[in-house]
Amino acid sequence: MARAAVPGRLTWRVARLAETRRETDTARTLVFDVPGWPGHLAGQHVDVRLTAADGYTAQRSYSLSAPDRVELTVQRIADGEVSPYLTDVLGIGDPVELRGPVGGWFVWRPDAGRDVLLIAGGSGVAPLMAMVRARRLAGSGARFRLVYSTRTPGDVFYADELRRPEPGLDVAHVYTRVAPEGWPRPPGRLTAADLGDGPPDRDCFVCGPTGFVESAADLLLARGHDPRRIRTERFG
Amino acid sequence: MGIVSPGFHGRRRESAVQLPPGQYLTEDFPVLSAGPTPRIPEEEWELTVATETGGQYRWTWRELLDLPFETPRVDIHCVTKWSKLGTDWQGVSLDVLLEDVETAADFALVSSYGGYTTNLPLEDLLDGQAWIVYRYDGEELAPEHGGPVRLLVPHLYFWKSAKWLRGIDLLTENEPGFWETAGYHDYGDPWREQRYQGD
Repeated sequence: MARAAVPGRLTWRVARLAETRRETDTARTLVFDVPGWPGHLAGQHVDVRLTAADGYTAQRSYSLSAPDRVELTVQRIADGEVSPYLTDVLGIGDPVELRGPVGGWFVWRPDAGRDVLLIAGGSGVAPLMAMVRARRLAGSGARFRLVYSTRTPGDVFYADELRRPEPGLDVAHVYTRVAPEGWPRPPGRLTAADLGDGPPDRDCFVCGPTGFVESAADLLLARGHDPRRIRTERFG
Repeated sequence: MGIVSPGFHGRRRESAVQLPPGQYLTEDFPVLSAGPTPRIPEEEWELTVATETGGQYRWTWRELLDLPFETPRVDIHCVTKWSKLGTDWQGVSLDVLLEDVETAADFALVSSYGGYTTNLPLEDLLDGQAWIVYRYDGEELAPEHGGPVRLLVPHLYFWKSAKWLRGIDLLTENEPGFWETAGYHDYGDPWREQRYQGD
């Protein structure tokens, strides 16, 4: 008989905005101070709760984009209720409430040891970036390939950090609408060739909009990857 | 009341629709699943119900379609915060499916093609509360939404409505499924906001 372990309720904690970085015209990385934060694994997410002065609340989930601190990268959705507040209004020192970390499936553990293929569509790169950073932090020798699809070069998050050479990490940008001048790959959707020629015995993490994740997972299956080692996370 | 975030006003909906706590309305139909979408040809699809005494009951796709169906219109609530109102389905009530199944079990562990599992009290599958559905919004159920056949248990968070339904094990002891083992709530009532263990 399975005995369910019942830890305490995930508590809401007060998080204060400590630092922000601009990622693109419409996305911002927010770093929070969260007293009592228990730590988390790369790939986990948090629930964010905003409360208005009259008591009205709104909640959303955001992936953690760093393994060692509470950092969220928020893409502003034009008619959104929460994201425009987080990207444009929330100021240094302002509070929001957070609970987490949540999710134990879409996670990378530094002791896994196996090679990894990360496939990101748009802002789906956030939890995968936490994995790239966790690998670096742990000094892991696992080889990583990040295939990162955006519409244009201006939509790339963490651009400077991803440009820096890093042994064992291979970053491939896929542009679907506009590529930089002289870019060898014409703009277009992700194809099998973009996944690289590594053997299919890797752990795969795919995150992005539904259509993107569906097609990336299908490409992986067609290349012989084991469906049990393909983990997906979707939004929209 | 929670800690106020300065300058946050929110966007209240004008409609009088009441949503479970922490949920927001969506018009589209988000897809959430933990791995690649299994694609199961209808002619290969089969549903097995196994009882606590070893009894086995099976339905093929054709046999499922021959059962009397209902067309529930229900609201659905995902633990990732979206709710979708007035969704239209077609499928077979679990009351019909389990009518001749002899069991004294209190729990069901539902399993999917692809390996996903989720658990529910058996009573939550009966009395007009649950269906196994094969059509959505007048169309065949798309693979990414669980086609050819998924479970529909609208009064619980939607991770209980297992996609790509393959089997139901009737058990005398509760056995947590995939997300329940990973820290999500054992029962998952949206109106009591039972998202995670301990909620």
